[in-house]
Amino acid sequence: MSQQILAAVEKSSLREDVPQFQIGDTVDVHTRILEGDKERIQLFSGTVIARSGSGSRANFTVRRIVAGEGVERKFPLHSPRIAKVDVKRSGVVRRSKLYYLRDRVGKSVRLRQRRATTEDNGAG
Amino acid sequence: MARRGILGRKVGMTQVFDAAGKALPVTVIEAGPCHVLLVRTMERDGYAAVQLGFKDKPRRLASRAERGQVANLGSARGKKRQEAGVVVAKAECEPKRFVRELRGEFPGTEVGATWTVQSLEGVKAVDVVGITKGRGFSGVIKRHGFGGQRATHGVKKVHRHMGGTGSLAAWRGGGRPKKGKRMPGHYGCDQVTSRNLDVVRIDAESNLILVRGAVPGPPGGYVVIHETNKVG
Repeated sequence: MSQQILAAVEKSSLREDVPQFQIGDTVDVHTRILEGDKERIQLFSGTVIARSGSGSRANFTVRRIVAGEGVERKFPLHSPRIAKVDVKRSGVVRRSKLYYLRDRVGKSVRLRQRRATTEDNGAG
Repeated sequence: MARRGILGRKVGMTQVFDAAGKALPVTVIEAGPCHVLLVRTMERDGYAAVQLGFKDKPRRLASRAERGQVANLGSARGKKRQEAGVVVAKAECEPKRFVRELRGEFPGTEVGATWTVQSLEGVKAVDVVGITKGRGFSGVIKRHGFGGQRATHGVKKVHRHMGGTGSLAAWRGGGRPKKGKRMPGHYGCDQVTSRNLDVVRIDAESNLILVRGAVPGPPGGYVVIHETNKVG
């Protein structure tokens, strides 16, 4: 009973247009930033390396390399501050947490196949 | 006017987003509806209060006293008192699991009335009284936040122990520890008040109140919700 009540409460915080993407996708995350009373959109692009949590507490982690340094940012999936998530590229991955990317540098991070080709093959 | 309040049951914690898109940690409390079981007055009881009952208790679990508290049972003594002209107002409802009194005068409140969470409408912040989770017999690190002792450098088997309990100087050389020395012992199961918790949302339809932050006790624990008495 308690879990049902909590789920009902969380429902009000869920967004209807949940961004669709998968682990290993390269995405652009558009976040709304308030500067004074002006709102602008900030972009963060990188690879989705993890999703965690459930309900209104669901998060996803995006990793990118900035000036040779790995940067990870964790976003609440249902946050109203996330304007949209654009999928730029899909990667083929075999696990749900890509933490092994943290140990990689240079080309080994980027070298990943695109999903589109495999899907085309499957359809054909 | 007394502080407004209601009884409730902690449902659990979760997270909601506010208007600005900020994630708030909230405790969901199922509050009310409560029956007014008794109104205490200065003249009769020496203090003013309202006695509230929350959640029905099955009659097979309730004692005769508990059933008599909420309804007229037609006992021999009750009949005699009625004949003598003593009228005791009863709520005429099911026995209650959780009964507490809210001190102060609540004008216009009558026995048998129902209070819902709507009575807290417009309240900015609340105090929540609950019984904390029982932790049994606990050591000083968990119970009092002591630092423990070192992992190495000759410390043997006492890594989570307290240090000394006294010295010659303690108690003026009395040869015993000072009174109130913090030691291991029973921890938890205490009544604790979480004060000045912001009210995030009141859902009258499903009798829920969302307060920001944590509330004492386990999910399912009963709590008393008061309008806060914190100033400013």
